[in-house]
Amino acid sequence: MSPRAREEGTIIQATDVTYQFGETPALRGANLSIVDGEILAVMGPSGSGKSTLLHCLAGILVPRSGEIYFDGDRLDTMNDDERSELRRRAFGFVFQFGQLVPELTAQENVALPLLLGGMRRRDALERASGWFERLQLTGMELRRSGELSGGQAQRVALARGLVTRPRVLFADEPTGSLDSLTGEVVMDLLVGAAREDGTTVVLVTHEPRVAAYADREVVVRDGVVTSLLTGATTA
Amino acid sequence: MSVPFALLGLLEREPSHGYDLKREYDSLFGRDKPVPFGQVYATLARLARDGNVVPGESEPGSGPERKQFTITPTGRHNFDQWLSEPIEPEPHLQTVLFIKVVLSLILGRSAQHYLDIQRASHLQRMRELTDRKRHDGLVDALLADHGLFHLEADLRWIDVTAARLSQLALEVGS
Repeated sequence: MSPRAREEGTIIQATDVTYQFGETPALRGANLSIVDGEILAVMGPSGSGKSTLLHCLAGILVPRSGEIYFDGDRLDTMNDDERSELRRRAFGFVFQFGQLVPELTAQENVALPLLLGGMRRRDALERASGWFERLQLTGMELRRSGELSGGQAQRVALARGLVTRPRVLFADEPTGSLDSLTGEVVMDLLVGAAREDGTTVVLVTHEPRVAAYADREVVVRDGVVTSLLTGATTA
Repeated sequence: MSVPFALLGLLEREPSHGYDLKREYDSLFGRDKPVPFGQVYATLARLARDGNVVPGESEPGSGPERKQFTITPTGRHNFDQWLSEPIEPEPHLQTVLFIKVVLSLILGRSAQHYLDIQRASHLQRMRELTDRKRHDGLVDALLADHGLFHLEADLRWIDVTAARLSQLALEVGS
């Protein structure tokens, strides 16, 4: 284990991470340290590698080289089963388009990660139902995704991402398909829920107004992470 | 300068004293910058001189601050006109941001570094405003939003400029 992985309060540590799509490098030695409980915005232009970085940190993609630690455990050398198990146990996900299962009700969608984790159906649905009030979705439990507005569907997706009480929520452009006001409601609820539960959030966004909900931001440029000093001015 | 018209607008609702006007102004518009008492009284005196308001009789035991001011028909007319005029669209094309970038390029300094710290500074301010918006009322949120959208516009400019730095350097001949 690298000594930095054991650093106090660090939940995710990525060192010199590289990744390629075919011949095209997407990450060229990305370094990033994420503190337990923080809300981190990962910004950068399209194609800069920010989503690839998120996928590597979340154990969805395996980097070509470098090291990634989650809570002291080396993630990048785990096999597929171990990574799946870790994702189910410790991570939650929200993507740009809610990606709800259209055949299921909103409540069943939220319960899905619990069911996949082996929880009994009745318990899973009951736990899921608690999230409807929390995310201002009361009355929407039995609707299918086609019967929900964009903002409602995204809140259902958020509930699904948080229902297992993950240590880390990975959110990739969670408001990307919503108008400003609806996006704000989603971000308010996301940040509120994460703060209450102490969930770490890795938030990929190209929108400054969304990034402004985070505690700090890093910028990915050409596959490298740039951490900016905050509050510095040249005045 | 909008303080005179803001006071005039408050007086259109009902006649008021300088002290109450200041308090009302501060609670509505004076978030980071309360208006000083001196400025309120000086402004009221100018508004009275120009026929926009009339002072009432001094009230018992009074200094000048105990006078009640009432808007006149002229004041009402001027206020209406001000309220319905569009303000001049900003910004002008001479921002300090732009000047710093061009000078950095001409002088061979790191424009990228400047843009990076400016970006961080803008985002820090956006975080403060977002936080205020999440915890304060709708009037504060409205004001914070105005700031947020302007800062966001600057940030978009910063990003586009950062992406074009090498091309820009050629054009300004560094």
